[in-house]
Amino acid sequence: MDLLEYQGKQLFARHGVPVSPGKPARTVEEAVAAADEIGYPCMVKAQVQIGGRGKAGGIKLADGRADVLEHASAILGMDIRGLTVKELWIELASEIASEYYASIVFDRSAKAPLVMLSTKGGMDIEAVADEDPDAIAKLHVDPLLGFQSFHGRRLAFEAGVDADVVRPVGAMLARLYDVFIGEEATLVEVNPLIVTPDRLVRALDAKVTLDANALFRHPENAELRDPSGEDEQEQMAHERGLTYVKLDGDIGILGNGAGLVMSTLDVVALAGGKPANFLDAGGGSKAEAITSAVEVILSDPKVKAVLFNIFGGITRCDEVARGLIQAFEVVKPRVPFVVRLDGTNDIEGRRLLAEVRLPNVYAAETMDGAAKQVVELAARS
Amino acid sequence: MSILVGKHTKLCVSGITGREGKFHTLRNRDYGTQVVSGVTPGKGGQSVEGIPVFDTFHDAVARTGANTAMIFVPPTFAADSILEAEDAGIELIIAITEGIPAHDELRAYSVIKKNRRSRLVGPNCPGILSPGKANVGIIPADFFKEGNVGLVSRSGTLTYQIGNELAQSGFGNSTIVGIGGDPVPGSDFIDVIGLLQDDSETELIVMCGEIGGDAEERAADFIAANVTKPVLAYIAGFTAPPGKTMGHAGAIVSGSKGTAAAKAEALESKGVRVGRTPTQVAELAATLLGAAA
Repeated sequence: MDLLEYQGKQLFARHGVPVSPGKPARTVEEAVAAADEIGYPCMVKAQVQIGGRGKAGGIKLADGRADVLEHASAILGMDIRGLTVKELWIELASEIASEYYASIVFDRSAKAPLVMLSTKGGMDIEAVADEDPDAIAKLHVDPLLGFQSFHGRRLAFEAGVDADVVRPVGAMLARLYDVFIGEEATLVEVNPLIVTPDRLVRALDAKVTLDANALFRHPENAELRDPSGEDEQEQMAHERGLTYVKLDGDIGILGNGAGLVMSTLDVVALAGGKPANFLDAGGGSKAEAITSAVEVILSDPKVKAVLFNIFGGITRCDEVARGLIQAFEVVKPRVPFVVRLDGTNDIEGRRLLAEVRLPNVYAAETMDGAAKQVVELAARS
Repeated sequence: MSILVGKHTKLCVSGITGREGKFHTLRNRDYGTQVVSGVTPGKGGQSVEGIPVFDTFHDAVARTGANTAMIFVPPTFAADSILEAEDAGIELIIAITEGIPAHDELRAYSVIKKNRRSRLVGPNCPGILSPGKANVGIIPADFFKEGNVGLVSRSGTLTYQIGNELAQSGFGNSTIVGIGGDPVPGSDFIDVIGLLQDDSETELIVMCGEIGGDAEERAADFIAANVTKPVLAYIAGFTAPPGKTMGHAGAIVSGSKGTAAAKAEALESKGVRVGRTPTQVAELAATLLGAAA
C-alpha cells in the first residue's frame, strides 16, 4: 500500500526522522489557515502517489498568503499524470545546502533489506543508477542483526557525504530503518534528504510502501489507504475482497489463481484480443464470490465479452457454475460469456451449465480454444 | 526416485484441526502420504480421523518421528509455526499459507538459512506432489501420473494447467514443486532445479515463472552452469502493465527489470526454450522427449 508524502512523513516523525513542520489541506481555505499557522515562506505540495510532481507544477513556493491562495487554487484539482490532486501538504520551506538520496527496499534476490545512500539526490535516482552506479552506496542488512551504527557510518563514508554530517546522516538511516521494520514497510525512500546551511539533515520528501499483509498489526496505518488512485471498478473489487486490476481492453477476464489469470491475459492477447481486466477470484471461491466478481467485471462499460478460465484445485467448478448462473439472475448480462472449466468437480460444473442453458454462454474445452472464441465474440459485438 | 516428498515422507500438519487443514490432510493421506501427526496448540491429545494431534512440533517429532511439516495455519501465526517446525528439527517445511507479512517471511527465511538444517518450500504455494508416492499440499493429484518430467512453478493453478497439458500429451511427472508467489520464497527455482538435475527419474525439467523479481534470470545462469538435462520454461505476464501488483505479492513489474520479455530472453540466451502458451510448452516437451510413453 503506497502512502502519500505527508502520510509517510507522519510515520517518519513517529520514529524520530527529522521532517519539516507541515499540515495537510483539502481546500484553499484550509491551505491558507495551515500556512498562517506554520509561517512563511512555505511550500504548497500536491499529494498524489506519482513521481514528477514538481515538473508538473504541483509543488510551489509561497512567500505570503496571496501566493498560497494562488498556488492552492491552481494545484487543487490539477491533473498530474492521470491523477487528480485532492489534497495538499503545506510545509515550512527549507534552505538547502546539499541534496542526498536515501532508501531502504526489500531486495528480493538477496532476500534482505537493502539500504542505499547517494549524494546525488533531488533527481531521478534510476538515471543516476544507469549513468553513475558508483555514486550510490549500497549495503544489505542481516534482518536478524538489524541496522547497526557502523552500517550508517560505512554508507555515509562510502557515499562521500560531507564529513561534518556523517553522524547525523548515519543516525537518519538508523531511524529510517526503524520505520522500515516498525511500520512493516517494503519501501522507504527519501529524495531529497537535505542538509541545511546550518548543517541539519532532514527528510524533504517521503515515499513509503506498507505491506498490506501486515496491516492487521497496524490498525492506525490501515486507515491511510488512498482510494483516489483507484478507479470505480478497482474500488468496488477492493470492497468485495477481490483481486482486480483494470486494463484498457474490452474482454472481461475471470480466473482462479494469479499465475493462471496472467497466463489467460497473455493467451487472449496472442489470439488478438485486449483484456479489460485482471481478476483473480482466488482459491476456494464460493458461488457468491463469483456472482460478485461478474458484477465488478460488467460494471466496466467497455466490456464486450467475458472469459471464465478456471482450473479448479481448491476452487470447485460446480461452485463457479452456480455463481455464474446466479449472476445471470441478478445482473442479466447482455454480453457473451465463454466458460472453460477444468479441475475439481468439472463434470458437475459443466453439467449444471448445460442444464440451465444460459443465453449467450459458450462452453470451451481448452484455454487456447476459449481465448480464440472470446476474441471472435468480442469482435462481433 | 522423486524429490523432496515420497515414500520416506512422515508428515506433520500444523493447523490440522482447521477446516481446510483437515480436508487437505485427509486428501493427502488418502493419496498414500504417510501422515503421522498434527499440531494445534491446546488440542494435544485429540486425534483427527486417527491422526494424533500434539501441542507442539517438538512433541510431534519426538513421538511420531515426523520429518516433513505442512503449514496450514492463518497468516498471522504461520511464520511462528514455520520457526517452531525448524526449531524442532523438521527437515522439510512446506508452507501453504497465503498472505504472510513480508517481514515475518524474511525473518523465518533468515533463520532457516542461518541454521542450515531445514528446507522451506513456500509460503503461498500449492505444495509438492510426487505422483504415485506422496502428495503434500493442495495440488489436485488426480490430474497427474508418474513420469519423467520434473515441474517447478511459482503459481498453483498455472502448474495444474501446464501439468494437464503435459498429461494430455502423454507425459507424467517425477515431482511437481510449487515454490510460491511471494517476494521471499523459501526455495527458489535454482534450489529445485538442482534437485531435479540430480534426480534419476527426471529427464526433462519444466519451469513455470512469472513477472517480478529476478528468480528466472538467476535460474537461467544456474542452468547454463549446472544443468545437463533439457529445460523448458513458461513465463506468465507478457501483457501485464508495469507498476501493478498482479495478485501474487511477487508479481509486480517495476522499471525495465522483471518483465516477462526480459525473463524469456535471459532463459533463451542460455538455451532454455520458452513456450509462449501452456499448450506450446507441451508441444515443445513432445519435440524434446519424442513421443510420450
